[in-house]
Amino acid sequence: MFHAFLIKYAEIGIKGKNRYLFEDALMKQIRHALREAEGEFEVTKEQGRIYVRAEGEFDFEEAVESLQRVFGIAEICPVVILEDEGYEKLSKDVIAYVDEQYPDKKKTFKVYARRAKKSYPIPSMELAAELGGDILDAFPDMTVDVRKPEILITVEIREKIYLYSQSIPGPGGMPVGTNGKAMLLLSGGIDSPVAGYMIAKRGVKIDAVYFHAPPYTSERAKQKVVDLAKLVARYSGPIHLHVVNFTDIQLYIYEKCPHDELTIIMRRYMMKIAERFAHQDGCLGLITGESIGQVASQTIQSLAATNEVCTMPVFRPVIGFDKQEIVDISVKIGTYETSIQPFEDCCTIFVAKHPVTKPNVNVIKRSELNLQEKIDDMIEEAVNTAETIVVQ
Amino acid sequence: MEAYLDNSATTRCYEEVIDIVEKTMREDYGNPSSMHLRGVEAERYMKESARTIAKTMKVQEKEIYFTSGGTESNNWALIGCAMANRRRGNHLITTVFEHAAVSAPMAFLEEQGFEVTRLSVDACGRVNLEELKNAIRPETILVSIMYVNNEIGAVQPIAEIGALIKQQNPQTYFHVDAIQAYGKYRILPKKEQIDLLSVSGHKIHGPKGAGFLYIGEKVKIQPLIWGGGQQNGMRSGTDNVPGAAGLGVAAGKIYENLTENVEKMRMVKRRLAEGLQEIPDVRINGMPLEEGAPHILNVSFLGVRSEVLLHSLEEYGIYVSAGSACSSHKRAGSSTLAAIGLDAAQRESAVRFSFCEYTAEEEIDYTLAKLRELIPVLRRFKRK
Repeated sequence: MFHAFLIKYAEIGIKGKNRYLFEDALMKQIRHALREAEGEFEVTKEQGRIYVRAEGEFDFEEAVESLQRVFGIAEICPVVILEDEGYEKLSKDVIAYVDEQYPDKKKTFKVYARRAKKSYPIPSMELAAELGGDILDAFPDMTVDVRKPEILITVEIREKIYLYSQSIPGPGGMPVGTNGKAMLLLSGGIDSPVAGYMIAKRGVKIDAVYFHAPPYTSERAKQKVVDLAKLVARYSGPIHLHVVNFTDIQLYIYEKCPHDELTIIMRRYMMKIAERFAHQDGCLGLITGESIGQVASQTIQSLAATNEVCTMPVFRPVIGFDKQEIVDISVKIGTYETSIQPFEDCCTIFVAKHPVTKPNVNVIKRSELNLQEKIDDMIEEAVNTAETIVVQ
Repeated sequence: MEAYLDNSATTRCYEEVIDIVEKTMREDYGNPSSMHLRGVEAERYMKESARTIAKTMKVQEKEIYFTSGGTESNNWALIGCAMANRRRGNHLITTVFEHAAVSAPMAFLEEQGFEVTRLSVDACGRVNLEELKNAIRPETILVSIMYVNNEIGAVQPIAEIGALIKQQNPQTYFHVDAIQAYGKYRILPKKEQIDLLSVSGHKIHGPKGAGFLYIGEKVKIQPLIWGGGQQNGMRSGTDNVPGAAGLGVAAGKIYENLTENVEKMRMVKRRLAEGLQEIPDVRINGMPLEEGAPHILNVSFLGVRSEVLLHSLEEYGIYVSAGSACSSHKRAGSSTLAAIGLDAAQRESAVRFSFCEYTAEEEIDYTLAKLRELIPVLRRFKRK
């Protein structure tokens, strides 16, 4: 029955003169997302609204699912588009629509009419009242409630007539690409894909970096990260994933630094390297999946020690979330199943049995002096030999 | 250079196998159940394959049933036999270190109300015949014992076991999981008193997705897969002609040169074991070298986690298998290594090398050279 969707935006409406930039970005993202749905679609902007029209046969469920992944969409309204063939025909179509969509007629309703085409003979208020009356006649079980109707039937008269009464929630947020770019530190875990999703939701385009440590991590662990990046890219659009070989640096730290500081020092170098890629890709911030106190390396002292090496802002969108809250989001966005696959992304050899939980930055810095001889060259090498995979 | 030393996981197909698989897909693609010429033509491949396989074991053609592989054969033998004979008894016997394709259906049967006795194995992986003898009861329907253990290559005295079972209870069926043994040992079910025997195609240079179950003609068993009544109603489903044809060719070829092939494998196994003696703190797991299967060598490199060694070797094109925890899909460690009483240090550092007739001495020398290089380096890094 439906051949189109009316897209209602989230926060774009308040963007003043920049509004068109946001709308254009949104349309671009919608077109990209709809490539995953069966059917041909046309996305247009008319009088401050975005419409998605299916040309011919299409898969309704797939189209809705795709649209539900586009940030910036507040609501998706399935619309019936009618030709203007006079009031009688319109009334008949509206009644048929109500009959089909609401098998249970014991409902309250209201008709809202909007005459955008002023040449249409019946004014808005009158049209609403007429159609309301016809619906009541056709379905005596239905009652009118103008304040809090269970069904709000909207009829918009434009070049064609748009009829809708349902609204499917979109993901909210802002269209990706309207708020710059940031670099996600992606591991194979549950948290970092969620962090990437959340920042992308605010309109930020993302690239990612993954630290690979063969032979301590396997080819499958890397594949898992690529798979996770693919899942995030369904929302964020294409991601440039930089796979950095971190083994030599890890072993060097292992040999030169106190064992209980390994994780902190390692993370400091990961941040440094991530920042290098961020500069290279034109990113203005880093994204991590850290959450206060979740593990030894995420105590507030550890976070401070890790943060100290960065000059860019570090976005930690799940910082105040409990594990379960993060899990809930990962289930919702579809990354959970992949995240819990049992390929370790960090071999336990490099995790001390009793790591420091309250590292002192000065102590850490002193330990890092032991790395002076080779570490800069090693970072250079790691950056230069990284493999970049375009994930989409 | 590449060294594929994981032939117990799977093998490369023989060229002749690839040819016949291709021919049955491209040209003689008929369905053996069809009444027309194309069907008859395709049926010939099935018959020819069954004949070849039957000859390798001196059994009858009609006692060979094609399946989708080793797992199905094991499932069918156990579940099909238990269900068909449950009025006679509800007792089953197996060992503690069977492959999951036997241990999992056994656990399923246990849930269905059957009683399962699991025989222990000694430090070499050998079943205690005395224990087996005492376990057999009048209501024992079936004994299932693997010929060659897939992880450590332990070999069981199958003929002795067969004789013992029949002596204790002539009614008890004997199932042998021969997935790692077929093509390495001459197996004669009639002589060794084997009633059911499972084989997989891809372990003997045949195609994946093809295997067979030998069912002695007097064995009472019911189908596991029901449908259109193919294979005498015992195993329904359109005949997998390419799979069965490929399997037949592989079986014929591997038995043609059995003695020679086995000797080749023994030689490379010996060469590897000898070379490993130069590396300190290496333990060979399972049976003494010459007693174990010719194609499997399980080794612990103490102080090196097996999956780390596996991935290190992989970087040099050397492919092995690790019996330990995070290498496989399952997190649970190897039950075989625990069953033969290895301690955690030995289990976590255990690697399996497995060979085939194509394994060259150069591959072994290359692997040994890399091991001598890698082991001391990897041992420097351990969890503190």
